Amino acid sequence: MSGGITRRTMLRAGLGAAAGISGLAVAGELARRYGLIPPDHGGLYGIGETLTYGTQRVLMATHSMAREFSRREISRVAPVNGDPPESDEYQRLLAREFSAWRLVVDGLVTKPASFSLQDLQRLPSRSQITHQACEEGWSFIAEWTGVPLATLLDVVWTKPAARWVVFYPYDESWDSIDIAEARHPQTLLAYGMNGGDLPAAHGAPLRLRVPRQLGYKSIKYLSRITLVDSLDQVENGKGSFSPDIGYSWYAGI
Amino acid sequence: MITIAPVPRHPPLVRITHWTAAASVAALVVSGTAILLAHPRLYWGETGVAGEPSLVDLPLPLVLTGQTGWGRSLHFLSAWTIVITGVVYVVAGMRRGRFRWPHYDALQRRTYTVVVFVLLPLMIWTGLAMSPAIASVVPFAVLVLGGHQSARTIHFAGASALVVFVVGHVVMVGLAGFRRYVGAMITGDLPVPKEVL
Repeated sequence: MSGGITRRTMLRAGLGAAAGISGLAVAGELARRYGLIPPDHGGLYGIGETLTYGTQRVLMATHSMAREFSRREISRVAPVNGDPPESDEYQRLLAREFSAWRLVVDGLVTKPASFSLQDLQRLPSRSQITHQACEEGWSFIAEWTGVPLATLLDVVWTKPAARWVVFYPYDESWDSIDIAEARHPQTLLAYGMNGGDLPAAHGAPLRLRVPRQLGYKSIKYLSRITLVDSLDQVENGKGSFSPDIGYSWYAGI
Repeated sequence: MITIAPVPRHPPLVRITHWTAAASVAALVVSGTAILLAHPRLYWGETGVAGEPSLVDLPLPLVLTGQTGWGRSLHFLSAWTIVITGVVYVVAGMRRGRFRWPHYDALQRRTYTVVVFVLLPLMIWTGLAMSPAIASVVPFAVLVLGGHQSARTIHFAGASALVVFVVGHVVMVGLAGFRRYVGAMITGDLPVPKEVL
């Protein structure tokens, strides 16, 4: 009699384990197909990264909008981390007020192109007053003006195969965002701040603004944008230089 | 004659969730401290930066800059662990239809109720409220707390209360008999002296 119970318990446990393992396999495949796995998913911390990114991507499938504020809520102090690039190339461009600067857009696009600051300023613009939190803990509110990245992606005829947008600045950093974040209406290529030109310390002549992620994702001093279908072959294969210095690729937190 | 007889006290699920939660809280406190030390000032409202007035300047050294990377990774891994543990614990308790904590007195029961149903949910809420992604989905969750920096300040206050609870809990266990009660939470059985005829 007790033998029967043991057999039944074992059978049940076996079926449960089989269902659990196949369930995990199916969940993994679905997550991959729907873009719920971050590029830096490896290792122990990768479990947390994947749970956070996957969950937030599902929650934000409603195209949630970052909070916007009124003009009188703009912070008096807008601190920065780090200095503008010291390279001769950047310093020369800065000295001539970026008249010779061009933004190159290439990769999985039908019409690769390069844009001057005036070219970008002629495109439809958007201004938004958003909150930016640094991963260190401080935060401020500022107004950003620029061209929505989605607009630029349309101008160069982005191919349907493009799944990630990679950004290269004039310093040693580089980063990427997924195509959903890139197409979000509040994701800007900003050339203006608080009603004026974008100051050098804040990323002149052009910086990314991703208000649904922490500040470090909004990289500065842009030089080139590349569209790819996979990040595996891009630099370190982890979607950003951030994992090399201990930070996660996804900064929606 | 007096012998020591083991009396069943903690079912396996309670023991597993207890130690998983304990490890998670330890990791959360260590990693939370690493994050805090990058900017040990607290503010009220939406914004706060160095150079603007703060609510509190914590008397902590600003020595751990550059430690927030692993700090955040560990913080979120252990946050996910304690959330999943908490869900298992509460669902199991609801299936039993009770959270009576039968071996404890009124003060202990009240304390455990506050920690499980008030303090830990508040930590999850204020933690999520600091996420710009979550704030875009449920802006209300930030607004009712008074803003992003208010959420951070409440998160710190809640963490401090949690540390006070853990210290008090360990001291009480120590007073009651450290080896005996910690052993009971590991093996499930509390050794009880029994008079045998």
